[in-house]
Amino acid sequence: MKRKLQSTTSKAVLPIGAILVLLLLWQGVCAMGLVPGFMLPSPIQVFQAFISDFGLLMQHAYVTLLETLIGMIIGIAVGFLLAVLMDRFEPLRKALYPLIVLTQTIPTVAIAPLLVLWFGYEMLPKIILIVLVVFFPIAVNLLDGYRSLDQDTLNLLRSMGAGNKQLFLYVKFPAALGHFFSSLKIAVSYAVVSSVIAEWLGGFSGLGVYMTRVKKAYSFDKMFAVIFLISLLSLLLIFLVNVLQKKCMPWENKK
Amino acid sequence: MDKLIVDNVAFSYDGKTNVIENINISLHEGELVCLLGVSGGGKTTLFNIISGLNRPQSGRILLEGYDITGTPGKISYMLQKDLLLPYRTIEANVALPLLLKGTKKSDALKKVAPYFAEFGLEGTQKKFPAELSGGMRQRAALLRTYMCSSSVALLDEPFSALDTLTKSELHRWFLGVMDKINLSTLFITHDIDEAILLSDRIYLLGGKPGTITDEIVIREPKPRRADFNLTDTFLQYKRDIIKRLQ
Repeated sequence: MKRKLQSTTSKAVLPIGAILVLLLLWQGVCAMGLVPGFMLPSPIQVFQAFISDFGLLMQHAYVTLLETLIGMIIGIAVGFLLAVLMDRFEPLRKALYPLIVLTQTIPTVAIAPLLVLWFGYEMLPKIILIVLVVFFPIAVNLLDGYRSLDQDTLNLLRSMGAGNKQLFLYVKFPAALGHFFSSLKIAVSYAVVSSVIAEWLGGFSGLGVYMTRVKKAYSFDKMFAVIFLISLLSLLLIFLVNVLQKKCMPWENKK
Repeated sequence: MDKLIVDNVAFSYDGKTNVIENINISLHEGELVCLLGVSGGGKTTLFNIISGLNRPQSGRILLEGYDITGTPGKISYMLQKDLLLPYRTIEANVALPLLLKGTKKSDALKKVAPYFAEFGLEGTQKKFPAELSGGMRQRAALLRTYMCSSSVALLDEPFSALDTLTKSELHRWFLGVMDKINLSTLFITHDIDEAILLSDRIYLLGGKPGTITDEIVIREPKPRRADFNLTDTFLQYKRDIIKRLQ
């Protein structure tokens, strides 16, 4: 019990301490005037900007989060479907696998302006970009999960008379859940970043749009406030995925 | 009456060289019959055929007189590893064969519940496989096998992965359970002692391609004494089998 308590405190205390030291250093650098104030605002100024702009930030965050959420849902659905089909039909896997790897070699920043030109300034191009970055880790990881399954387990269920659908429901999908959640954590952070990038290139609202505005106004304190908010949102989403994983995979906690 | 008949089965993976051939086996109601032979002799191949996973090049598998060659789901099959699904509780693992046959989950759980006591698995229902010892997992795997079909079971080296002490404990447990459930069982082993201790009859499998070279009846009444493997009778059987294997 005591040891457990110690380990949780050291787990929380050390990283928080490191962050605090870094913030203090930053504040010190600004206070001593080593870097001009308009180029690097102090942490306190950033915090003040965050508070004074809070309402506006939340409005933009809402849009970005909405895009991320819709994009994630569609991206997961597409990735899931692709993985199932590619696992079920070997020729399809051989045909599509190189193609979907290829889609990931195209840089997001390169394709985003095209999407904006094609699909306008509303949410659509942002959602498409998110779907493009999300489906890949989901599909590839699920596919690996399905295929990593022990042949003996499949034989056992076949000997019990299980058909392909039952094999999927009872063994393949549960066995791939771990893979699914690791890919979901990657996908979530990609998704937030991608929606911000898509918003940079044109749009009416969203954290990316707000970021370009404050950048043009040289309000670096507000700029930093947005950057921190974006990081915070990503962290929050990853945390949610972790909670969901614990809930969905209770057997993992028993090991 | 013959529960299961393996009628002149031959099998090859490449269509040219037979792995096994001329295999004739019969299993009577409630009988415990053992296939004894060296590893790699085609025993598991034969089980894959009897269970319906593979189709033989020639020959038939008859269950209670019906031809079930190449039809999985009729005979229960326990593979070498326990293969309990790590993400299902023990009761959900045990109920799996019933679920696969379309039984509703609540009904399936109700149906398996009484067997936990009989198989010495009380209190493990809600646990996950990772929380159980090797011996207990093996018990759960056997119960699952039994839930699959209560008429004929194939067990592929069910106790080979266990340490000696757990193994002899499980042997005693196994004989006790088998006495109660009257399951006709065909099982594979490469352990001569285990074969004599547990079986009513032993088939020796040998040669290349693998075939049945001999048949030995163990005439020791059941339930067997715990120290049967220390008696002269036991040693005589053992000497006899070693001679025949050479």
